[in-house]
Amino acid sequence: MTAPVQTESVALPARAPTKRRSPGWLAGYLFILPAIVGFAVFYLYPALRGLQISFTDWNLLSQPRDVGLANYQEVVRDPKFWSALWITVKYVLWNIPLQTVLALILAVAMDRLVKSMFVKGLLIVPYLLSNVIVAMIFLWMLDPLLGIVNQWLDLTPLGKQPFFTSAEQAIPTIALVNVWKHVGFNALLFYAGLQAIPRTVYEAAAIDGSSEWTTFRRITLPLLRPVTVFVLVTSVIGSFQIFDTVAVTTQGGPADATKVLVYYIYQNAFSFFRMGYATAMSMVLFAILIVFTLVQMRLLRANESDLE
Amino acid sequence: MTTVPHTDTAQPPRPRRPFPLGRLFAYLGLALIILISLFPIWIVLKTALTPTRALFTEAASLWPSEPTLINFRRVLGLVTLEEAQAAGGSGSAVNFLNAMRNSLIFTGLIVVGQTFFSAMAAYAFARLRFPGRDVIFTLFLIAMMIPGIVLFIPNFITIRNLGWLNTIPGMVAPFVLMTPFAVFFLRQFFLSLPRETEEAAVIDGAGPFTIFWRITLPMSQGPLATLAILTAIGMWNEFFWPFLIAKDEASYTLPVALQVFRTQTPQGVPDWTGLMAGTFVAAVPVFLLLVFLGRRVVESLAFSGTK
Repeated sequence: MTAPVQTESVALPARAPTKRRSPGWLAGYLFILPAIVGFAVFYLYPALRGLQISFTDWNLLSQPRDVGLANYQEVVRDPKFWSALWITVKYVLWNIPLQTVLALILAVAMDRLVKSMFVKGLLIVPYLLSNVIVAMIFLWMLDPLLGIVNQWLDLTPLGKQPFFTSAEQAIPTIALVNVWKHVGFNALLFYAGLQAIPRTVYEAAAIDGSSEWTTFRRITLPLLRPVTVFVLVTSVIGSFQIFDTVAVTTQGGPADATKVLVYYIYQNAFSFFRMGYATAMSMVLFAILIVFTLVQMRLLRANESDLE
Repeated sequence: MTTVPHTDTAQPPRPRRPFPLGRLFAYLGLALIILISLFPIWIVLKTALTPTRALFTEAASLWPSEPTLINFRRVLGLVTLEEAQAAGGSGSAVNFLNAMRNSLIFTGLIVVGQTFFSAMAAYAFARLRFPGRDVIFTLFLIAMMIPGIVLFIPNFITIRNLGWLNTIPGMVAPFVLMTPFAVFFLRQFFLSLPRETEEAAVIDGAGPFTIFWRITLPMSQGPLATLAILTAIGMWNEFFWPFLIAKDEASYTLPVALQVFRTQTPQGVPDWTGLMAGTFVAAVPVFLLLVFLGRRVVESLAFSGTK
């Protein structure tokens, strides 16, 4: 697409200069029109509508009935909500530290050991697969009877493991599956961040005789902070919304051990048709995410850079 | 994958042990991680090539002793019901070819629409002046924080009220006109374009649409391709929304079709060989994307985090 820029002049209507307004304003609205329609209908309206539905009792069929704060009061009193929140937190606590630390190690290894685009391509293959596919693959590999992992574990003293079918192992298993999916991608983000660190800083450290570990801790880690903030904030927000993997592998079971928050919200909305209660819970999730994001940004001093 | 030759430029001097044992371990560790990254994909392919009757006996092996394409033909609907059942299928079938077609339409429409309409909006936010511009843009930025589930429930109701359940318009509607991320991403890039060419065009009498079409878009092929790749990956893999909207088999996308195929045998042993063949088929397009646009895909993903 290298069409030469045409220079034929488009005749302006004669009245254009008489309008004192900046000439672009109507064009501006025309340009944003499609996006504004999409935004208004599918972001702004549903956000406000969701807030409104959360104050009603509504099963999708009958008229919504205003119930004031009753849904929110129920959220606070609902032991299943708290259990779902706790299960979600457990998932996040398994997923995030493992994924982030591994990705960071992998990024440093990539930076020091390989330049090959091919290797980087191999590492992001899992990220390109959909959550459903990834869940399906591990459901098969970890199958108690025929899965290759259990076939091999059977030959070791550990023996077969239940993985998804055990209340204790299901959440760590789901977390590990998603670590497998995301670690290469996060490593790529860290790697891109490492590339941005000026090499002169390292040379100076080398001249000062700083050890590898000290260099990493005192230079690499602090200078990587903007990327770290991005990786942590986006992956925590994503982890709190875990749904696909649960929907495919355990469907909340066994014995509700993997009934994470979004799955519980989904069940209330589309299995029990409690739209008001489901949206109230999703509003609470939204609030939790905002608080989490702000706290993380503050703790990680997101807006400061150590360069300059 | 386009193999890029090793460009082992000299590393800047760093403190290094005289004996490279650490380096050796690091390479071994990296090789192990790559192996772990790719191993499950091999297992998918191996299982898909295994005849169902050999599933029990060959569960622990790494290689199918008598590879067959019957499972692929089965999930693509190329065999008769009797043949499928003879090959160990449950007889229940999900039409993966149809789901593949739906996925291509779903992803294609969204990639084209979202990239173009978001580019239009991004151009306006970056270059044109109009009342309310900054307020609207700030609203877009805030909207990036809203979790999917908050929007999906009311959006589901909207689509249902429009009578668009099970339709392509219903499936693409929330994504095809914009996402706040796409607008934000392109606006940041458009801001950095030099203004001189545009000013010259204005003197020649070009209007905003001419400038956008003839100058801004051609100068932005890199970021547009990046956004298109990111959108294509995201939408090809999108599960929740098509899962809500496409309840009718004719409108399943691949992730939905796979999930349905799996739940068709809730009791007993699932049809693993068929499932893995379907899984592999569903992953082929992203593999092709990586093979043909390898460097660009990797750079797009890296760029998405560090812009």
